[in-house]
Amino acid sequence: MSFLEYAPAPESRSVVDIAPSYGLFIDGAFGPASSSGGVFKTVNPASEEVLAEVASAGAEDVDRAVAAARRAFGPWSALPGAERAKYLFRIARIIQERSRELAVLESLDNGKPIRESRDVDVPLVAAHFFYYAGWADKLKYAGHGSDPRPLGVAAQVIPWNFPLLMLAWKIAPALAAGNTVVLKPAETTPLSALFFADICQQADLPPGVVNIITGAGETGRTLVEHPGVDKVAFTGSTEVGRQIARSVAGTSKRLTLELGGKAANIVFDDAPIDQAVEGIVNGIFFNQGHVCCAGSRLLVQESAYDEVLTALKRRMATLRVGDPLDKNTDVGAINSAAQLARIRELSDVGAAEGAERWSPPCELPAQGFWFAPTIFTGVTQAHRIAREEIFGPVLSVLTFRTPDEAIEKANNTPYGLSAGIWTEKGSLILAMADKLRAGVVWANTFNKFDPTSPFGGYKESGYGREGGRHGLEAYLA
Amino acid sequence: MPKSPSPAKAAKAERSASPAESDRRGRLAVRKTYKLYIGGAFPRSESGRTYLVDGDNVALASRKDARDAVVAARKAQTKWAAATAYNRGQVLYRIAEMVEARRDEFLALGVAAGELDAAVDRWVWYAGWSDKIAQVHGSANPVAGPYFNISAPEPTGVVGVVAPASFLGLVSVIAPAIVTGNTVVVLTATPQVAVTLAEVLATSDVPGGVVNILTGHAAETAPWLASHDDVNALDLTGVADPELATELERSAAGSLKRVVRPPADTPDFTADPGLRPMTALLETKTVWHPKGF
Amino acid sequence: MSGSAFNLRSFLHGLPGVDKVGVEARAAALGTRSVKTTAKAAAIDLAIRMVDLTTLEGADTPGKVRALSAKALRPDPSDPTCPSVAAICVYPAMVPVAAEVLAGSGVHLASVATAFPSGQAPLDVKLADTRDAVAGGADEIDMVISRGAFLSGRYDFVYDEIVAVKEACGSAHLKVILETGELGTYDNVRRASWLAMLAGADFIKTSTGKVPVAATLPVTLVMLEAVRDFRAQTGRQVGVKPAGGIRTTKDAIKYLVLINETVGDDWLDPDWFRFGASSLLNDLLMQRTKLTTGHYAGPDYFTLD
Repeated sequence: MSFLEYAPAPESRSVVDIAPSYGLFIDGAFGPASSSGGVFKTVNPASEEVLAEVASAGAEDVDRAVAAARRAFGPWSALPGAERAKYLFRIARIIQERSRELAVLESLDNGKPIRESRDVDVPLVAAHFFYYAGWADKLKYAGHGSDPRPLGVAAQVIPWNFPLLMLAWKIAPALAAGNTVVLKPAETTPLSALFFADICQQADLPPGVVNIITGAGETGRTLVEHPGVDKVAFTGSTEVGRQIARSVAGTSKRLTLELGGKAANIVFDDAPIDQAVEGIVNGIFFNQGHVCCAGSRLLVQESAYDEVLTALKRRMATLRVGDPLDKNTDVGAINSAAQLARIRELSDVGAAEGAERWSPPCELPAQGFWFAPTIFTGVTQAHRIAREEIFGPVLSVLTFRTPDEAIEKANNTPYGLSAGIWTEKGSLILAMADKLRAGVVWANTFNKFDPTSPFGGYKESGYGREGGRHGLEAYLA
Repeated sequence: MPKSPSPAKAAKAERSASPAESDRRGRLAVRKTYKLYIGGAFPRSESGRTYLVDGDNVALASRKDARDAVVAARKAQTKWAAATAYNRGQVLYRIAEMVEARRDEFLALGVAAGELDAAVDRWVWYAGWSDKIAQVHGSANPVAGPYFNISAPEPTGVVGVVAPASFLGLVSVIAPAIVTGNTVVVLTATPQVAVTLAEVLATSDVPGGVVNILTGHAAETAPWLASHDDVNALDLTGVADPELATELERSAAGSLKRVVRPPADTPDFTADPGLRPMTALLETKTVWHPKGF
Repeated sequence: MSGSAFNLRSFLHGLPGVDKVGVEARAAALGTRSVKTTAKAAAIDLAIRMVDLTTLEGADTPGKVRALSAKALRPDPSDPTCPSVAAICVYPAMVPVAAEVLAGSGVHLASVATAFPSGQAPLDVKLADTRDAVAGGADEIDMVISRGAFLSGRYDFVYDEIVAVKEACGSAHLKVILETGELGTYDNVRRASWLAMLAGADFIKTSTGKVPVAATLPVTLVMLEAVRDFRAQTGRQVGVKPAGGIRTTKDAIKYLVLINETVGDDWLDPDWFRFGASSLLNDLLMQRTKLTTGHYAGPDYFTLD
């Protein structure tokens, strides 16, 4: 890479104007947290620089937000669907117009490469609002009954890996179906949700239809346990999902959960090798591996093992790790110190358990949270790194001999979110796709998302689907 | 246990009041023993326990029976799900035929004629859904790219069911679960009717293990199903006690089971069930593949 | 089917498949690389040094070829730091004219031969064509494969033809044009690449420039993967030449990025990578001038040839 070492190509930060502090967005206006709340700081994980101080919502604030959403619910659900649709279309358009700003903001707060926030996250956010906007006046044709009704107030708690995209997945279908929402973004990535609140104001969305309250886990817990909410939607860890499922037991709250995964990416010896290698790389290093559906277990047919591993290592050596705002960066910063510690801990366990660890030579910045793309070979189903979700750029490589063995290993997990298959043989793809216990199966591709395509898990990866016609079901009675 | 005389009890009382048929024919009647239905067989409870229901000794299922039933259900599930939808529809239709054929026996157990008709019709209704639900509940998704993308429903797996007390209620929870390829472990408090249905199932080409029926006290066995890691979903339609329902739902969260909560109001099983009883026990799988040469 | 034909067929059809959507997505992703400032300056000079400055028109005359050859030597007469291009590429009839201008310059002289562009001529005609071009002074021969034979599965025929032409080339380098726009699938591009390399090609080249679809990034990516894998298996390095349709500096830099991230440094050299192009050179020169002067250049300031 010596000759064509690309010069730095940083995206300009000047397109985004981050205020020194942010309040809560309740009933159409920003305001400080009550005395029950507090403040916290959000940092740029690539530099550890403080980006802003953000209000932390306490119990009273949650009350206020739920009450505002409740007040707004009547008029909002009574609006003709076509009118709700127009608000959503308007929001979608504003997102498109402000896409550069939102992409830079997302990369600053999350640490993901600008290439991804610009080419994946933000375009999908706009697409999601466009898609569900069109459903708002067609709900009775969605296959969920001839007279579908909204549920009421939706409490939505989203993770830090795709902050704005997860917001879109939650808010767009909820609003289209006539619900109002109180959404809590993750503690480490609150900013794009707050910018979204600004977009709601810009779109003249009626006050209370969307409320954004920031805070940590406790705020989220208060929100989902609030007696005034009718629906809880959560994306995050399986452990928290379990707690939420327990907490809504015995209530009439409807619940959808999108939780963890440990997806098998299965490569047969007749795979299109170069594209399979791209798929493996995209499967685990996309978004620093902070992806619940990441292909974190590579299952390679033994007869293709050497070929695949050689090609994979060669490809990994070209990954560009560094400044998220550089347009040529492939792998950005780990989102937080806590997440970095978890990745390190599990990787150390992998090494201690005897798996062989390999990373390409790569220089990591001194400031910020970084972890080099890593693969472990010689991993078996008994290793913790083959069972636990690492949620980082760490790939466990296992082998198999026959399709049956691949299925057995792929399904041998409490999770069931996604899976990958690489082979040029059509009947093999279809048979594998049938037998894999996972909500999304990518054959000869990986980590593809679309607003029309339902997404969600089997088993401990959660329940309910987001996206597509199916995604409306979570918000309709 | 029901404090007021149940219809079954009344029917039985009637039978005993008149001079027994067998006496008229000069022989003593042979009574039926009501046992559990697990993996296609009719074992006694491994605990050896029975309890008296309307004068009959009925097997009282234990936690180990629940465990065995889950094993049987799991063993049967893959194959049942892999059977063609057409085949599952045929099997359900056969159940309808066999219930109809045993009409007198169900009536004698106190099932009202109208309810029995409705139950037979419900089997027929669900039989027809077997090869249509995927078309109605699936989709071809027009993603913004050169990809083939479809979503199709799949059974969630093994379902633990606390059945409602009526025969129509029982059928209304079993049929939607199994028609799509799930297997069930059913806890019932109406043992004679449920075991008679089991006898129907055993003679209707339903593979052993697809439906397993445990008679006894749901409060005793249901918690074992709720906490069992190899149960994928829990249908609490028949749980009358809200506290028990909450406890079971909370326990089901341990392995993130899909939970069908008890109905808020007294359920009207004669109404059109809609798709929910089936879709609540289905997973949606979405498959992507690139298109190109 | 002869034994060798069978072996060739099994081998070519045993190569890993190419997934269209995947390879196009990869090429498009690499196309978003941002190459700025110093890296851009280096890339432009390298791209100039990789140009096979081409004229392949029925209307070509000695005058036109002389002018083009002069431009090949000094693309920017006003700037002595501007490098020469790699080669001139002309029809065999024009070879002696170009040879005269280029003699001793280090700029190579390439000629299309073998009944370019269709390849629909008997083998002896193709060989005569080749020998004439070499005798006239060409040190590089750009041959076309018989696409008809390839598409009808007569791989041995195509193979034998390349072997024969290679022999007729003598010491001249052989570039084998696959005419990927007529091959229909990426799988065929990969197979044709291997077939050409196995038969002795020094370079594999995408296109004649005479059919609607010429060089594309994903096709070139597939060919780069082929030369990479071929070297890994045989130890022999083969060059790659996309030709046709590459008109802007931005395009050219995308190709360099492709090399950089697929096969690496070893191919970032005019000995191993060429652009078959005509109008590309002027755009490279304009961008080069913009980088040195700081303002945008205009076409009137660069020679037309």
